Amino acid sequence: MSVLVFAENSEGRFKKAAFEGVAFASAIAGGTVTAVVLGSMDAANAAELGKYGASKVLHYSDASFNSMDAGVFAQVISDAASKVGAQWVIVSNTYTGKAVAPRVAVRLNAAFAPGIIALPEGNTVKRSVFSNKGFADFSLNQSVKVVSLTPNSYSFTEGSGTAEVESCSFSPSGNRVSVKEVKKAAGKVPLTEAEVVVSGGRGLKGPENWHLIENLADTLNAATACSKPVSDVHWRPHSEHVGQTGITIKPNLYIACGISGAIQHLAGVSSSKVIVAINTDKEAPFFKAADYGVVGDVFDVLPRLNDAIKAFKNS
Amino acid sequence: MKILVCVSQVPDTTTKITFTPDNKSLNTAGVQFIINPYDELGITKALELNEQTGGGTVTVITVGGADTEPNIRKALAMGADDAVRIDAEPTDAFFVAQQIANYASSQNFDIIFTGRESIDYNGGQVGGMVAELLNIPHVNVITAITVNGNTGTVERDIDGGREVVEVTTPFLVSAQKDLCEPRIPNMRGIMTARTKPLQVIAANGADKRTEVAQFQAPAPKAGVKFIDPTNMDELVSLLHNEAKVL
Ligand SMILES: Cc1cc2nc3c(=O)[nH]c(=O)nc-3n(C[C@H](O)[C@H](O)[C@H](O)COP(=O)(O)OP(=O)(O)OC[C@H]3O[C@@H](n4cnc5c(N)ncnc54)[C@H](O)[C@@H]3O)c2cc1C
Ligand SMILES: Nc1ncnc2c1ncn2[C@@H]1O[C@H](COP(=O)(O)O)[C@@H](O)[C@H]1O
Repeated sequence: MSVLVFAENSEGRFKKAAFEGVAFASAIAGGTVTAVVLGSMDAANAAELGKYGASKVLHYSDASFNSMDAGVFAQVISDAASKVGAQWVIVSNTYTGKAVAPRVAVRLNAAFAPGIIALPEGNTVKRSVFSNKGFADFSLNQSVKVVSLTPNSYSFTEGSGTAEVESCSFSPSGNRVSVKEVKKAAGKVPLTEAEVVVSGGRGLKGPENWHLIENLADTLNAATACSKPVSDVHWRPHSEHVGQTGITIKPNLYIACGISGAIQHLAGVSSSKVIVAINTDKEAPFFKAADYGVVGDVFDVLPRLNDAIKAFKNS
Repeated sequence: MKILVCVSQVPDTTTKITFTPDNKSLNTAGVQFIINPYDELGITKALELNEQTGGGTVTVITVGGADTEPNIRKALAMGADDAVRIDAEPTDAFFVAQQIANYASSQNFDIIFTGRESIDYNGGQVGGMVAELLNIPHVNVITAITVNGNTGTVERDIDGGREVVEVTTPFLVSAQKDLCEPRIPNMRGIMTARTKPLQVIAANGADKRTEVAQFQAPAPKAGVKFIDPTNMDELVSLLHNEAKVL
């Protein structure tokens, strides 16, 4: 079966979600797949996708593809999909993927499912709905199927092998979106892809106490997140707000510190594999959703937990 | 400017979600439906943009049954000028997008707003699909927008940060939190909403590309294990040996 995967990169480096997507695509194909890479990147770097199951990389290296324009990206990806006769097209459910995938689906007359969380069974895919309050199996009723994969949904390992890299070009048509300014938070683990997330709520009392969250996150190589009221009052940037109206995440480990566990907050984090809640109130709703609970004051518990993890890492 | 705002209705955020016994649909008994929160932002921003330039119209469009009309009236009460309801159950995102694109293609809108996603199916599909069907650019998850002549300057969320982009009309944008504070209808708005035009149009085509085979409730949690706050070594050991996440 022919499967095409869009492997995203940021400034010439693949995101972890790209490797996950390629491995996922390769599992669907039952073998090797074709990957599309957009924008500037070393060919040797592009060939790395071979380690996750790509046999071929179509590299559209024009520098105009370094920034994301959904309409343009969709033209390139759907053109590549038609070329290789893809029956499945896989993208990652990142901001880029969310913008691009619906357009690709329209161009290919495909059935589309966003944010799937497991390998398809026949034509059926699983995704979470109602903000993690339920799941749904969707059947995809077109011969071409486009899906976006929720990051951290598919476990994969690095293999060996290099992909053949073919240098391609494509001239998109139509009106374009041009990027004027980029404001990136440099060097941080992106929240949607992080395997471990340390999150703080109003129980932290103020932004001056966030070193407690950040120190623990550093020790764990984790991303940091927060509850909605915390970003509403600008203790933390809005990009860290998780929940029904914020970002939905699915890390292996979510550590909730001084967060009550309101239903709208849980909506964004409840599909985390393991949840630890730390709260002074033993009746806090978070303890109903958590795997491990600590009834205690974050100001005592967090430094102690940080020390314990450091000791564990050094042992 | 002539602005179209796509509005869907969704269960209130505090709703406890259950499914019908055959697991084919949402159990709607006792569920209160509200305007999708991101669509309230779209309506508000569309009104603000026209207030700044001192002209234009804001039309809201919903693909849905007659049960959506109270929420459509609420959108009119917020200040939209008129409304269109395409009379069909919105069961498939592509079907919905097709209906909206059909309507919009004859109307020459400068800007179309959708929400970043509807909080029921969380797809974030309709915006991109409408833009592709109309062959216009779209900018997802926007947190700010200004328009000067036919140029929109738009701030959007990207993975790990934000970006400012420029785009010329006609274009579509999807509203994200932070775009604005949703407007609350005042008494006068509520009164005038009753008489504002609401056009009902029959749906066109029946191309359903996806369908729900079945819903499932999340598996219940095994129950929390409490750890003594003075014994964080035990927590670390459980996370390592039992949960295997460290
Ligand atoms: C439409 C809508 C959408 C929403 N969307 C979201 C969303 O996306 N994300 C979100 O997070 N919220 C959302 N909310 C808000 C949500 O309902 C809660 O109000 C919010 O999650 C509460 O944040 P919090 O837990 O940080 O604060 P609080 O509710 O104030 O809880 C603070 C907690 O910290 C504990 N605490 C206090 N001091 C300490 C201490 N020293 N040590 C340990 N624990 C301590 C307290 O016991 C309490 O449980 C939404 C609400 C609505 C109506
Ligand atoms: N039935 C509908 N009628 C009108 N607009 C809709 C409908 N469903 C979705 N939309 C629009 O598309 C956005 C994204 O929805 P979704 O693709 O369902 O996540 C919503 O915020 C609405 O603006």
